[in-house]
Amino acid sequence: MRILRIRKSSQHILVSAALLLAAALALRLGAGPAHAAAPVAVVIAGHRFTPPEVAVPAGVPLTLRVENHDPTPEEFESHEFPAEKLVPGGGAILLHIPPLKPGRYRFFGDYHPATAQGALVAR
Amino acid sequence: MLASLIIVFREVIEAGLILGIVLAATRGVGGRGRMVAAGLAAGLAGAVLVALFAGRIEALFAGSGQELLNVTILAAAVGMLAWHNAWMSRHGRAMGEGLRSLGHAVREGRRPLAALGIVIAVAVLREGSEVVLFLYGVAAGGAGAWAMAAGGAFGIAAGGLVALLMYRGMLTIPTRHIFTATSTMISLLAAGMAADAAAILQQAGFAQFLYTPLWSTAWLLGDGSIPGRMLHTLIGYTARPDGLQLLAWAATLAGFFLLTRAFAAPARRPAPASAT
Repeated sequence: MRILRIRKSSQHILVSAALLLAAALALRLGAGPAHAAAPVAVVIAGHRFTPPEVAVPAGVPLTLRVENHDPTPEEFESHEFPAEKLVPGGGAILLHIPPLKPGRYRFFGDYHPATAQGALVAR
Repeated sequence: MLASLIIVFREVIEAGLILGIVLAATRGVGGRGRMVAAGLAAGLAGAVLVALFAGRIEALFAGSGQELLNVTILAAAVGMLAWHNAWMSRHGRAMGEGLRSLGHAVREGRRPLAALGIVIAVAVLREGSEVVLFLYGVAAGGAGAWAMAAGGAFGIAAGGLVALLMYRGMLTIPTRHIFTATSTMISLLAAGMAADAAAILQQAGFAQFLYTPLWSTAWLLGDGSIPGRMLHTLIGYTARPDGLQLLAWAATLAGFFLLTRAFAAPARRPAPASAT
């Protein structure tokens, strides 16, 4: 019987945790994407970024728009701020980046890392 | 040329790790060959579809199509892993202890092999679509069919080898521990996927909170290194986890633990002692 009771209680914990999580998510998701100021833009052309160094304000959430002028796809990625997203050939994407401390944050095109190198410079 | 080898190698290794765990978890189960084959085929077909329609997927949901698709398939994979672990905790322990014949357990319990097939499909789809798009770029850029063929062949061989090593490694685990070992690995796999999903929601702007990195172990093991990537697949390692990712990771791990307990087979009652 004891074992049965433990199992019941962990079932209750599971169900209530799941409900709480769902409620919390619904509340936050309902608010929709919180956009910072106008998106900062960077262009991919010839498997290079223009501008190679993008000046951004420090301490505020950022929206980055990456436009791909090449006909081939690219993957925009960074290991220094959270970003990993496919940019279709001839397409554009939006990325939401958390507030950055002042500094230089490198990013790259994962499909052409030899040439596609750039950085966000937060001030 | 080398770049195309490395990128395919990297992605195939990540799918191979997951395949290895699934193979080890289904050791000796009839019908698993069909399950693995169906999962691989569905994953490859899905990868090509996603690659073909990448532009259109992205345009959906106000530019968050990629993220929502990824979060959905990650959530599906976590759900399938949870279902499998719940089933295993009811029937697997007895099997591991050799109390019941495997065939009997499978007949009685209808082991959810399809769940694991879906997990394989998801792994192949996620890594595969990146490979397909990359190789398409190589081909369109005129770098030649050789680099593509070499990259593809090398990547598949390497991924297969990793899956095999993972599988063989897990086979060395003694039978009485195999249940705990596979459940733990599957829970960690799922926790990593949940943390990934959290990061993707943040990137899409749907979850703009708890986004400050808690610490950085980039000096020790970078996210871009091959060991870093392998650990990312296996246990959800990230050099700079933030609060939401950590929360998703820990909550999934706790959830899987509770699930295993909730569904655990009732202990065989020590017959006379329970009289009150």
